[in-house]
Amino acid sequence: MNKLSMKGITKTFPGVKALSNVDFEVSNGEIRGLIGANGAGKSTLMKILAGVYPEYEGEIYINDEKVNITCPLSAINHGIVIVYQEVDTALVPYLTVAENIMMHSIINENKGAFINWKKIRCEAKKAAELVGLDTDINRLVRDLTLSEKQMVLIGRAVYQNAKHLILDEPTAPLSVQETERLFKIVKRIKDEGMNVIFISHRLDEIFQICERITVLRDGQLVGTYDADSLTIPQTVEKMLGRKIQNAYPDIETSKGDVVFEVKNLSGSGGINNVNLEIRAGEIVGLAGLVGGGKTELCKLLFGEGNVTEGAILLKGKAIQAKTPAQAVKSGLALVPEERRKEGIFVHEPIDTNITLPTLEKYCKGSLMQKRKIRSASTECIRKVGIKTPSERQHVSKLSGGNQQKVAIGKWLLSDADVFIFDEPTKGVDVGSKSEIYGLIKDLAGQGKAVLYATCEFDEILGLTDRVYVMYKGTTVKELTTKDTSEEELLFYSAGGGLDARQNVG
Amino acid sequence: MQDKTSVKQRENPFANFSVFDFLYKYGTVIVVIGTLLFFSLTLNNFFTFSNISNVFRSVSIVTLIALAITMSLTVNGLDLSVGATAGFASVIAAKMMVIWELGPLPAIIVPLIVGVVIGAINAFLIIKIKISDMLATLSMMFVLTGVSITFQSGSAIYNFMPLPNLGGIAPGTMQRTFLNIGQGTVGRIPIPVIIMLVVVAVVHVFLNYTKYGRYLYMTGGNKEAAKLSGIPVNRYVVLAYVLSGFLAALGGLVLGARLGSGEVNAGAPYLMDAVAAAYIGFSVLGIGKPNALGTLLGALLMGILLNGLVMMDFPYYSQDIVKGMVLIFALGLTYYKRKE
Repeated sequence: MNKLSMKGITKTFPGVKALSNVDFEVSNGEIRGLIGANGAGKSTLMKILAGVYPEYEGEIYINDEKVNITCPLSAINHGIVIVYQEVDTALVPYLTVAENIMMHSIINENKGAFINWKKIRCEAKKAAELVGLDTDINRLVRDLTLSEKQMVLIGRAVYQNAKHLILDEPTAPLSVQETERLFKIVKRIKDEGMNVIFISHRLDEIFQICERITVLRDGQLVGTYDADSLTIPQTVEKMLGRKIQNAYPDIETSKGDVVFEVKNLSGSGGINNVNLEIRAGEIVGLAGLVGGGKTELCKLLFGEGNVTEGAILLKGKAIQAKTPAQAVKSGLALVPEERRKEGIFVHEPIDTNITLPTLEKYCKGSLMQKRKIRSASTECIRKVGIKTPSERQHVSKLSGGNQQKVAIGKWLLSDADVFIFDEPTKGVDVGSKSEIYGLIKDLAGQGKAVLYATCEFDEILGLTDRVYVMYKGTTVKELTTKDTSEEELLFYSAGGGLDARQNVG
Repeated sequence: MQDKTSVKQRENPFANFSVFDFLYKYGTVIVVIGTLLFFSLTLNNFFTFSNISNVFRSVSIVTLIALAITMSLTVNGLDLSVGATAGFASVIAAKMMVIWELGPLPAIIVPLIVGVVIGAINAFLIIKIKISDMLATLSMMFVLTGVSITFQSGSAIYNFMPLPNLGGIAPGTMQRTFLNIGQGTVGRIPIPVIIMLVVVAVVHVFLNYTKYGRYLYMTGGNKEAAKLSGIPVNRYVVLAYVLSGFLAALGGLVLGARLGSGEVNAGAPYLMDAVAAAYIGFSVLGIGKPNALGTLLGALLMGILLNGLVMMDFPYYSQDIVKGMVLIFALGLTYYKRKE
């Protein structure tokens, strides 16, 4: 018997109920898909199992015996192992495959002062063979490919005698062949009697490998279903629920000529054959789930990364932006996803932040004219609605929403023709959200071309004119916003379109 | 209304007075003034024009080299090759004049160009080869020391030195014009002090009032954000190291002129003092960033302490203890901040 059950799990973060009264059970060597839209609580539920969040309400049973999981080590001792998407966080790159597989044993089971290398290598080899990792176990982990690193972690789980293996979005960074290989191994360890919980946004893959599927929505259990009894559209329906409607401004903008065009673009970050166009005054959505390639595409368009194929055209002329500096010169602006890391300088005052991309405008020769900087900043602060006592306030003292307005405001002073927004409302309060929507509508009203990347589909529906759906680094579908729905967006974002095509073929 | 609140804060700076905030801002300045007062009151000959000008002259070279380090610090790097660059510059100048019989002008220009080239190579190693800044410049320090000793044929170069290979003495001389850079005075003010003050002023204006300075600080503050704001960050890293090499070479020229000889090992000891001065500079007025005036004050603080301690017959071999304590104090002020 190999059974794991969670009963009545509730987890509250300050101000948010991440999970409420969720039941979950896996047993007897099965592969279970765990799905839900962003923020549904999949990761939270699994992190509770893995001992990351020791404080929760509810009970966990292993083989009908109540257990207390208080830390990651106690989870491992109960046979629960999680492999996160970011495999590098769990590996030591400068150690060998064998040492990485056996890390738990070296740290926790090694009683003496000396390490029995012979035993380590022998055991590691066994685990590696079981997961089909056909590489020399004396190689350094930093030389492995991503998929091999995953195998090392799964091998580690095997050695640790894991009974329940959680794979968190394992296929996101893998190629098709690597995914196939992973699935083969998952099936093999399942046959050994291990339960595998498989979290993924890719419904086609979920249906390919899982026997049963558990759906979460907004922190609540929707249900557990046999994979055979569901179709992708039905699943999408279950994943989506009623959502609080955001307030979107209702401004009609007239559309002009095509300003920005992307043709057959491929390049770093797994971007593959992307095609899109934006007209003046148009807000075009870039929809897709986490890992779909939106951020990578935004950065590639902005000159961060290498274009291997295709062209980017601005007003019909090809631009060669090899660096963001050149992209800015060409007339592009990007509000990046990671605000604190990429968008703003937290230890600098607002005016320094806001005037940075356009600093040349406020200089006489090489000298900065502080008065001009100040007046441009106060003007921008007023326009964007940043709540602050003075333009010299350090950005670190502002709220998330106001920080984001700084990150947006700095581009409003530029003469850019194309504005790219990557998840601009992430971690922003509701009030600031609708102000940000207003700013973006204004930009379109001024005839700018706007690309709006988000995984929040209600934003796509409320804000954009047209939308491109991304899946695995490529634009799989173009939709007109007023004729589409959240279901349809999620369907294509989760690879549903591809699945349908395969079925037909 | 927003303006009113900000005015109010300005009118009442003591509204939220805290001892730590006060120390954070003025701690280093208070220590400098306190040290000056202490020595002035206890030592008869301390607060005289000649002694104070002596202190300034003694810190002029450290300050120039520390400004070089300050430059690399603005982009969040660290140039450890500055001491060796300075030494190498002094050797080149001496060899050009003493052995090759060239005039002072080329002997000033060529070492400065060499400094710029060294900075460019450092930047190349850091940006293109992707060696971390400290390791790249550390390697450069070794290379330069070796190149320099080879170039000077093993020993220091000075006026009328005997030439063992050729017999006789060196043909050329370091002329008065060159030596004045390190030894001369205008009125009663030493020329190296004037050079130092001018360079401090220029660097201060450059860093605080030009767009280039701001781009440097932004590159150092958050490289990713700077890049995505359209700043060509690599170009500014190059600029920082090139300026670092240039300023280090300038310090080396003053050093060579002061000593009247060229010797790479004369530059090496300045490295650590310069690093200390630049970091003490962080804490001045709570700026928390590399800056020219702070660097000057850092160098002065150490110069004053050493000068006073020597006059008090403090054993010279214990002076490093004092230097270390001062550095810890200043770094403590900079890094021990309240959690916000």
